[in-house]
Amino acid sequence: MPRPGFVLDVDASTPPILTWHGDGFRLERLPADRSRVIYAPEPVPGLDDPDEAIRHALTHPLGDADPLPDLLHPGMRLTIAFDDVSLPLPPMRRPDNRQRVIEAVLDLAATAGVDDVVLIAALALHRRMTEAELRHALGDRVHDAFAPHGRLLQHDAEDPDGLVHLGVTDLGEDIEINRRAAESDLLVYVNINLVSMDGGHKSVATGLSSYRSLRHHHNVRTMRHSRSFMDQHRSELHSSNWRMGRSIAAAGVKVFQIETTLDNNAFPSGLGFLQKREWEWNARDRAGYLATTAAIRAGSERLNRSVFQSVRAPYSMTGVWAGEVEAVHAATTEAVYRQQLVAVEGQTDIALFGLPHVCPYNVNSIMNPVLVMCMGLGYLFNLYRGRPIVREGGVAILSHPTPWAFHPVHHPSYIDFFEEVLAETTDPIEIEKNYEERFATDEWYRHLYRTGHAYHGVHPFYMWYWGAHALEHLGRVIIVGGDPAAVRRLGFVPASSLDDALEMASDVVGRDPSISHFHCPPVMMADVT
Amino acid sequence: MLREDLAGRRVAVTGATGFLGTALVERLLRAVPDCQVAVLVRPGRRGAAERVRREILRNNCFDRLRAELGGSFDAEIGDRLISVAGDVGADGLGLDADGEEVLAGCATVVHSAATVSFDSPLDTAVEVNLLGPSRVAAALRRLNPGTHLVAVSTAYVAGSRRGPAPEAPLAETPFATEVAWRPEVDAARRARADADAASREPRMLARFAREARGELGAAGTPLLASRAERAREDWVERRMVEIGKARAQGLGWPDVYAYSKALGERALLETRDGLAVSIVRPSIIESALSEPVPGWIRGFRMADPVIIGYARGLLREFPGLPEGIIDVVPVDLVVAAVLAVAARGPLPGGPDVVHAASGARNPLRYRQLVDLVREWFTEHPLADVNDQPIAVPEWSFPGRRTVARQLHQATRTLGAAETALRVLPLRGGRADLAARLEERRDEAERALSYVELYGAYTETEAVFQVDRLLGLHRSLAPEDQRDFGMDPAVIDWRRYCHEVYLPSVVAHARVRRAPGPGGRRRDPKGATGLTREERGRRAILSPERQLAVFDLENTLIASNVVDSYAWLATRHQSGRARAGFVLRALRDAPGMLAADRADRGDFLRAFYRRYEGAPVERLRADGWELWHDLLLAKSFPAGLRRVREHRALGHRTLLITGALDVVVEPLRPLFDEIVCARLGERSGRFDGELLDAPPTGEARALLMADYAVEHGLALEEAVAYADSASDLPMLEAAGHPVAVNPETRLAAIARRRGWHVEHWPRAPGGPRPLLPIGPMARR
Repeated sequence: MPRPGFVLDVDASTPPILTWHGDGFRLERLPADRSRVIYAPEPVPGLDDPDEAIRHALTHPLGDADPLPDLLHPGMRLTIAFDDVSLPLPPMRRPDNRQRVIEAVLDLAATAGVDDVVLIAALALHRRMTEAELRHALGDRVHDAFAPHGRLLQHDAEDPDGLVHLGVTDLGEDIEINRRAAESDLLVYVNINLVSMDGGHKSVATGLSSYRSLRHHHNVRTMRHSRSFMDQHRSELHSSNWRMGRSIAAAGVKVFQIETTLDNNAFPSGLGFLQKREWEWNARDRAGYLATTAAIRAGSERLNRSVFQSVRAPYSMTGVWAGEVEAVHAATTEAVYRQQLVAVEGQTDIALFGLPHVCPYNVNSIMNPVLVMCMGLGYLFNLYRGRPIVREGGVAILSHPTPWAFHPVHHPSYIDFFEEVLAETTDPIEIEKNYEERFATDEWYRHLYRTGHAYHGVHPFYMWYWGAHALEHLGRVIIVGGDPAAVRRLGFVPASSLDDALEMASDVVGRDPSISHFHCPPVMMADVT
Repeated sequence: MLREDLAGRRVAVTGATGFLGTALVERLLRAVPDCQVAVLVRPGRRGAAERVRREILRNNCFDRLRAELGGSFDAEIGDRLISVAGDVGADGLGLDADGEEVLAGCATVVHSAATVSFDSPLDTAVEVNLLGPSRVAAALRRLNPGTHLVAVSTAYVAGSRRGPAPEAPLAETPFATEVAWRPEVDAARRARADADAASREPRMLARFAREARGELGAAGTPLLASRAERAREDWVERRMVEIGKARAQGLGWPDVYAYSKALGERALLETRDGLAVSIVRPSIIESALSEPVPGWIRGFRMADPVIIGYARGLLREFPGLPEGIIDVVPVDLVVAAVLAVAARGPLPGGPDVVHAASGARNPLRYRQLVDLVREWFTEHPLADVNDQPIAVPEWSFPGRRTVARQLHQATRTLGAAETALRVLPLRGGRADLAARLEERRDEAERALSYVELYGAYTETEAVFQVDRLLGLHRSLAPEDQRDFGMDPAVIDWRRYCHEVYLPSVVAHARVRRAPGPGGRRRDPKGATGLTREERGRRAILSPERQLAVFDLENTLIASNVVDSYAWLATRHQSGRARAGFVLRALRDAPGMLAADRADRGDFLRAFYRRYEGAPVERLRADGWELWHDLLLAKSFPAGLRRVREHRALGHRTLLITGALDVVVEPLRPLFDEIVCARLGERSGRFDGELLDAPPTGEARALLMADYAVEHGLALEEAVAYADSASDLPMLEAAGHPVAVNPETRLAAIARRRGWHVEHWPRAPGGPRPLLPIGPMARR
């Protein structure tokens, strides 16, 4: 029986705590008697036979849905959409959940004599995946069967002919999604639900939609009214996607949803110490830590980045559900919570977030300063249910090198956002009002998004909005060990050590603040009462 | 009374645009209320009257008179100042009928026109300084033989004489060099023709072509040709300067100026033929003691560059005899002497000579001057580029040869380092270093030229007698002695140097002053509140601009045709073939680099042969991959942003590149138009031959011009971005050239011409592909 997550109160005998720091980590000693460390639950057991479980799920759907074989017939148009490179994190070892599920679906389709099958990577406004990334997600067999015939597509949110407007929700939100998906007899969507916001109606309503549609929920107002966006009952983002998903169904698009969950076993055995509580480190873990940190010290920034980006997580599939979207998502959410929820009592004055090497938007890429903000204040800050782990007006301390570095192929609009927009203002409202439209409709970004591997021109704005709730909630944000110029450009305060950061926090939260260290990854969710 | 003597007269002045001439005209107009002044000026492009207005009346010399007259200034000047078009370098002075009439009505003519540069070409000095006075005399004899001609000469006609130099015509001075002036004129004219002929020798022409290439690189034939022609003309000028210097020094004068002035005096006296002549010989004329205002100065005077060079720490040593006399005389004293001679009129006993000099009466010793200068600059130091005060060196008065040798050595060393840097393929900051080195060498060369030019004046041992000057002064009424005094004894050298002369030199030279103690640090931002860089950028991104033209390689991406070729060629190769390719490429690289330097067009033509037989369709598809895999990764984000900024401002954007169309296709959305290289095709494969002339060098300038004409755009409103001197024709043709990450040659050129320079880096932290090798294509 895996142990649940727990909260450690730091005392004088507590060892230094491992704190993520980009492509590396630091050991930080936290002030005794007023600090606590929030640890993730241990990995729940994986499925003994995932392929069998998938076959079972496809033939025993949840909610108001027929078994998949009954939905397949010769002459039909079948579209299988799947999550893109942003999931899971880090990328999992082969075979990927998507490969397993899609192979099973394709087997059934072949048996049923379905010829017109198209696979679509549900990019939304993310960058197009490379061939290697597609092969990793789908497996070589699926890739080689579809790609050469032009049947492996990547969603293009800027293709005027490839989109269809399905109307508006009762709140007037435009619904525009991929034409092939919308006009298929059946749309199968294959998810990997890494966190509780993944999946559900968001899969199609966001993953296969366009800027015209996304701007209704990817905006400052929605993000400020999603507390957090990881908690579907209190998430305006969730509500909007749900309205759209129901309208999509009402418009006649038949969606067969497949969702899969993972344990939180994110690191291979050589990096096993990253999964463990520090006082339980054995000789091997200590040696692993020393060897790894020595290698990081010796390596260049580029080398360390490429080593970390090559980490493949030994995740196990812990569950798979298929059928009607909402029924499936209810089951998945419960499974995600089972793996990730940690009960936390009360808020503290300070939250300490060590930022790991990867976030959803820098897989095989660079975590640029805008993504540092998004990872810290968007993702980690929002991994809560109930209340944030830091009180209103408190301080968030992020730990990340925050280099002034950008991937020119993946993040061209980020560079300009950082150089032009953030140099003028960091206020999300101002940014949204004065700059979003120009970037979103920029021809050059559109061109790079459609033909290369660039995120959409508006994407950095969304990253900034992702942190809008945290920016409103917090009294100060401090980044430990970051490039001071880049940190200041973000509107945050640079500190060279945790002690300095705590000193800097003192004029906001006093001399004896309470501190929470959110020990993530492995990914978890704080259930704050 | 001097005023009364001159009142009602019409006085003509030549050389009125010069330092002394301007002061003379101003003084006449201000202090002698009833006289008329006729100024003889070369008409130039604008005409004589306009030149007088712009170059004489606008000078701050007239500020005092303008203030005194108030609103009536223009009317008064209009009544009393007559502009006459003429040229003392031409026989008959180039006068028209009106001009002749004006000159005929002049009772007195002051001839102060001269080329005062110590290093004029021999023939220029001869035409103006030697022949000028006799030409004026000849014209006056013809128009009005009763005129009194006051010719301004120089005390240094005494040459390298030691001891007293009398105020007497040279012919009557013992030990004065006897030279017949007419053969000198013929020889000077012949020397010009000879030098010109010599410069057209094939060997010399080859040398000029080499120099042009050395400076500009592969900038294209027309530009190299015109640069070489300029080098030839410069060589002829330098040769004439050299010949002049040699001739002057051979005859015992310090330079061609003193030489030509001395012979000019002789020629004038020989040919005056009864015309009444007086000669005034000033020594080194410097800032005004009190008239029109203390410190007034015009132009950069002889001693000024030496003093500024010293204050900037550039001249670590300057030769001179510490006990030697530096004969400096304030301009207002010279003006007074000239006016007194004019008022008095010609002496019955024939031509008379007056020195306007200080040395015999109130000597300023070289050591004293150096001390005064050092004291003042220690109190008021100039600032270096970092606003730090520059400490002035202490001079030890070495001999001229020692100093010249040291400076020669420094110049040579810096020149060698510069040449070494120039052959290296440097860019950005390092290219900037080369440009700075060039600046240092220029400074050292300038210092050397000062020593060579002015060294003689700090070692002069002649003492200019001023008995006649003092006699003239004493003959004045007491009131005139006060207003038009010329006795050098009134000069307090310490006060003059510290309160009048040095402040005016520094102000005039517009050099950077160190902030005083407790003074506010100077803001590098000027009156606009913007740095120079920001102002440059604002000018470039102004809405009035109409066209922005970009080069691609090393301007927008850190890549070149070889990279692209290597990537495309290896894209479909196996591992072993790739290794072979890399080895071959490494072997060929130096040769290709050299070919590219020699002529970019030829290089491209030869290089593109490598594409012969390549499948067109596959390359078109691979071109996109190349862009996203390699070129975008090596792009300069700030450059791409700049293109888009221009577009957003409504400027048309044009890319002109030697890269192939298959390579630049993905860049189409960035530009309104792309001009690139295209290869011919035969049955689906490239034939390796360019369809049009490669868009390099001057072809780029023409393409840009054609584009501008076609779209009704003005080239003056065009902004051109490029990285290399081979793009000079295009940069020069555009109204707003921008050097992007310039290589050494262009960095130097941009610096000299004050062009805007951008240093655009690659995306910080972005991927850095080691070799431009395509990712292996999977079957």
